[in-house]
Amino acid sequence: MAIISTAGLTRTFRTKRGTVEAVRGIDLTVAPGEILGFLGPNGAGKTTTLRMLTTLLPPTGGAATVAGTDLARDPAAVRRKIGYVAQSGGVDPNVSVREELVTQGRLYRLTKPRAEARARELAADLDLSDLLDHKCATLSGGQRRRLDVAMGLMHRPEVLFLDEPTTGLDPGSRADLWALVRRLRDDHGTTVVLTTHYLDEADALCDRLVVIDKGVVVAEGTPSALKLRYGGSIDASLQDTFLAVTGRDLAPEDTAPVAV
Amino acid sequence: MSAFLSDTALIFGRYARQTLRSKFQILFGVLMPLLYLLFFGPLLTDLPLGSRGDSWQVLVPGLLLQLGLFGASYSGFAIIIEKQFGVVERMRVTPVSRLALLLGRVLRDAALFVFQAVLLVLAAVAMGLRAPLAGILIGFAFVGVLTVVLASLSYALALLVSKPHEFGPVINAVSMPSMLLSGLMLPMALAPGWLDVLSHFMPFRYLVDAVRAAYVGEYASTAMLYGVLMAAALTLVAVTVGTRVFRRAGA
Ligand SMILES: Nc1ncnc2c1ncn2[C@@H]1O[C@H](COP(=O)(O)OP(=O)(O)OP(=O)(O)O)[C@@H](O)[C@H]1O
Ligand SMILES: [Mg+2]
Repeated sequence: MAIISTAGLTRTFRTKRGTVEAVRGIDLTVAPGEILGFLGPNGAGKTTTLRMLTTLLPPTGGAATVAGTDLARDPAAVRRKIGYVAQSGGVDPNVSVREELVTQGRLYRLTKPRAEARARELAADLDLSDLLDHKCATLSGGQRRRLDVAMGLMHRPEVLFLDEPTTGLDPGSRADLWALVRRLRDDHGTTVVLTTHYLDEADALCDRLVVIDKGVVVAEGTPSALKLRYGGSIDASLQDTFLAVTGRDLAPEDTAPVAV
Repeated sequence: MSAFLSDTALIFGRYARQTLRSKFQILFGVLMPLLYLLFFGPLLTDLPLGSRGDSWQVLVPGLLLQLGLFGASYSGFAIIIEKQFGVVERMRVTPVSRLALLLGRVLRDAALFVFQAVLLVLAAVAMGLRAPLAGILIGFAFVGVLTVVLASLSYALALLVSKPHEFGPVINAVSMPSMLLSGLMLPMALAPGWLDVLSHFMPFRYLVDAVRAAYVGEYASTAMLYGVLMAAALTLVAVTVGTRVFRRAGA
């Protein structure tokens, strides 16, 4: 039984310069406990898809169920079961780290003592313990990103959406976050959908990858299956595979530029 | 229901703490009405204002609502900033009640402006205001309600326009005529017929008239009745609009 399934999920934006077809029909199923990675070039529609799945943006077409609930029919029930870390975060610079974490927990209806305990626990997991009483404005970029991730985990969501969670993290913090994500899945069965531009991360962390380009799914499978199919061999780099899938290849053999 | 109340208390607490951290924000709003009180009020003491009570009983209710009008209609600025930081989306993705997201903020604003109203009335008493206590308390209630109305609409507008440079001019364009047409400074009883008629289309006029009636102890007057009805209608409309916008918009 899939924990997320979408059929023809579509989103167009009307702007002054015409309509933008950000997502043009995404079909997806995610199994419980899976770690799924969205890959795709800038503007492919990854964030837009996540914003629809997290109830922030009504789809203009298609349907989806998340954690057993229809997205359109009962968005409030979906919200209770999911966590979301947005691409650009969402903390107030003038509020302290502790206050943001506790408030976030309480927005998910944790009691105050439980929210406080959970804030300490996550601060320890994400190496923020010494910063709890600092204002968010004083955090470094990577520290703030770790706080964003902690905010999404306060209520131990069943399904976790992470939009470029490791952007700006140093290699050590990145490895720690990978370990944390794996632990969430192994110990709590959390389903994780994340986007990334780091192909080593996709390779190492994700059970399955979905490559999105121009608003549609252009390839999906385990990292090895994708490498075999598009990169030519299981030992191909994911970089080459990605370029082959999205056609951003510089000079494929059969279309070599004609010399002038 | 209890989830809704605790959500509202949570949001209220968050923004009340932010306000308490800023003495500037707490006091700045009283500055303009206080200047009117000090430098404009004394001009009126011997003028025939065409209403019952002395000039302070006419002016102070107007200044109270001016405080609410100019303070609350700019409330939305804060949410534009918060939206840019992603705080609004972060809250909208949680199960927190949408009405609580609005009411928590709006009640903080109401508390702030009622507090400023108390300071203003204390200053006015020192200047010579004499009015019945019940009337003064009714005046505070109207300041609170006016704040709820205007702040709700202001937050809704701020979520819809999203750019500070679009928001400010709209608020200016609405608040200035509102102040003039509702007779905040001088009662509309002094106005020529056409202006008096025009001002009856300005909803806030009924609130000012009601507070002026309260300040001379006319609690069972038609002015009070109209004021209460108008306040109730405005609150209903503004909170409904605000909640709808919090539910849908904010992209
Ligand atoms: N609110 C909006 N109004 C208009 N166009 C939008 C809006 N949000 C996104 N778009 C457009 O939709 C397309 C997809 O954007 P999206 O943010 O989903 O891309 P992405 O895959 O997350 O890219 P990135 O890797 O750069 O984060 C882009 O062309 C973008 O300009
Ligand atoms: Mg994105």
